[in-house]
Amino acid sequence: MSIVVVASGKGGTGKTTIATNLAQIAGLLGEHVVYLDCDVEEPNGHLFLRPDMTKNIPVGIPVPKVDDEKCTYCGLCADICQYSAIVCIKDKVLTFPDLCHACGGCTRVCPTDAITEVERTLGVVEEGLSDNIKFIHGILNIGEAMSPPLIRAVRAEGDKEGLQIIDAPPGTSCPVITAINRADFVLLVTEPTPFGLNDLGLAIDTVRQLGLPHAVVVNRSDPDNKIARDFCRERGVDIIAEIPDDRRIAEAYSQGELIIGALPEYKETFIELFENIEELLSTAKVE
Amino acid sequence: MKEIVVISGKGGTGKTSLVAAFACLADRPVLADCDVDAADLYLVLEPHILRQEDFSGGKQAKIISERCDGCGICMEVCRFDAVKKDIHPDNPGQMKYIIDPIACEGCGVCVYFCPQKAIDFDPPINGKWFISDTRVGPMVHARLGIAEENSGKLVTLVRSEARRIAEENGHPYLLVDGPPGIGCPVIASITGADLVVVVTEPTVSGEHDLDRVHKLSSHFGVPTVVCINKHDINPEVTERIFEESRKNDMPVVGKIRYDNSFTKAQIMKSSVIEYTHGPVVEDVKETWAGILGAL
Ligand code: SF4
Ligand code: SF4
Ligand code: SF4
Ligand code: SF4
Repeated sequence: MSIVVVASGKGGTGKTTIATNLAQIAGLLGEHVVYLDCDVEEPNGHLFLRPDMTKNIPVGIPVPKVDDEKCTYCGLCADICQYSAIVCIKDKVLTFPDLCHACGGCTRVCPTDAITEVERTLGVVEEGLSDNIKFIHGILNIGEAMSPPLIRAVRAEGDKEGLQIIDAPPGTSCPVITAINRADFVLLVTEPTPFGLNDLGLAIDTVRQLGLPHAVVVNRSDPDNKIARDFCRERGVDIIAEIPDDRRIAEAYSQGELIIGALPEYKETFIELFENIEELLSTAKVE
Repeated sequence: MKEIVVISGKGGTGKTSLVAAFACLADRPVLADCDVDAADLYLVLEPHILRQEDFSGGKQAKIISERCDGCGICMEVCRFDAVKKDIHPDNPGQMKYIIDPIACEGCGVCVYFCPQKAIDFDPPINGKWFISDTRVGPMVHARLGIAEENSGKLVTLVRSEARRIAEENGHPYLLVDGPPGIGCPVIASITGADLVVVVTEPTVSGEHDLDRVHKLSSHFGVPTVVCINKHDINPEVTERIFEESRKNDMPVVGKIRYDNSFTKAQIMKSSVIEYTHGPVVEDVKETWAGILGAL
């Protein structure tokens, strides 16, 4: 099994475009592909791969529930909680499930077994098929702040074999780390603008901190593409594909179409990208 | 003082470029860059930093190996798979336990239950935040450390500092560049604001994200308006967004044409208002007027 993550520091650089087209090409080339959309706040992969969903699994975390009969108001639960999700005032214990990280500390510490854990739903994981690609995504409930457990649940549904392509959320903080940690390879998508490259720099720092092999795809690139090439040379990362700034791509995207479907002349570009990744994966594994 | 938060669902819809442009049009604004994961506003506004502070979000556990006797309780109690064990390098008969700082959620359960009191629990420095001066007004911004948690907390901090500056000095507007998504940092950015402006694009993804963002802002009861950027790349979807927005009580206050002046302005470190006098400037001005009208 190989895990390839498609990520970017900044949103809207074309991460989903690259991930969905790559999945489709890999599928056409006979790979066993699992597409995991871990951008659970704004999942969009399904708009392009249009899977038929077959499974819908609610995902939750265990949060404390206090039995007033057994509670002695000792306050130990409130002391151990780092997130102020359980509070003890005189003769009342209050819980704030929205703040709870489900660490289990309060339940473990309670001397009278007054706490049991109940499930709090964060969102759902849906599973389906798009041609021969296994498609999995997570949808975070509206108003929900806690996305990492749902991202973990999406990843856990992935198969133990084949090529797993993960569409990661944008940024560099906890949701992204949850989506890319322990991957075999990270593909960083950027665009050749000052904002795009600034955020690419942060994304490079992140994958290096995690010690993950990585390379760059420049999206909406112009023919000479100097600023992105200079930037990547300076930072010592390879550019393994450049997708030109073609208005027809933007139009296909706006309609929810895959590039390789709407504009078959780009098939070759994605086949090359896929082969480059395969090669980098095999060298990364040898190392 | 009115607080206007500009968000975008996915990001990459031109949100930061528009915030920079609105900043040039607004009457004595204070700016807050709450996109702490990918803070880009400073690239255009070139802030002069007046004050700099460390930010410390949550605590992190660390095993002091001299005190650890290898009982393994920490690993047993950790629900985040953050404790790893390995053969002890000096003593092959014993296990050595270490905590992966990236996986550690900072819950402190291992610290509490370690019988040897061998686990330190200190707040690391997760980032920095700044109060600066720019050519358009005061700005509060931040830089979150790489791979750090608690961006929601940092967003709250940046916002409240910016609010304080605006209120103390009688600034009429606070303009917030918000983070992408609908999760914890976005919730931290929009709760209690006067107006949310969603910058979207006429694409099926843009439409889908707009719907989720709108549900979020209604969930928190914040009035919301929409600005369609690059409206001419797909007139059909633009029309659909207009209709949906009308139905959802989320008026479209402006639409801006596709124009590469935005990128060119970015390269010149200026806002599109400062960069050009082309027709796109009229679009931006009309949008800003629409926003003021909605307040
Ligand atoms: S630790 Fe248990 S007994 Fe003590 S206050 Fe909490 S719930 Fe009640
Ligand atoms: S499970 Fe952990 S985070 Fe949740 S209330 Fe208990 S101690 Fe706090
Ligand atoms: S619980 Fe404490 S003593 Fe036991 S292995 Fe962990 S750190 Fe070492
Ligand atoms: S603080 Fe919590 S998450 Fe971190 S290692 Fe200890 S038990 Fe695990």
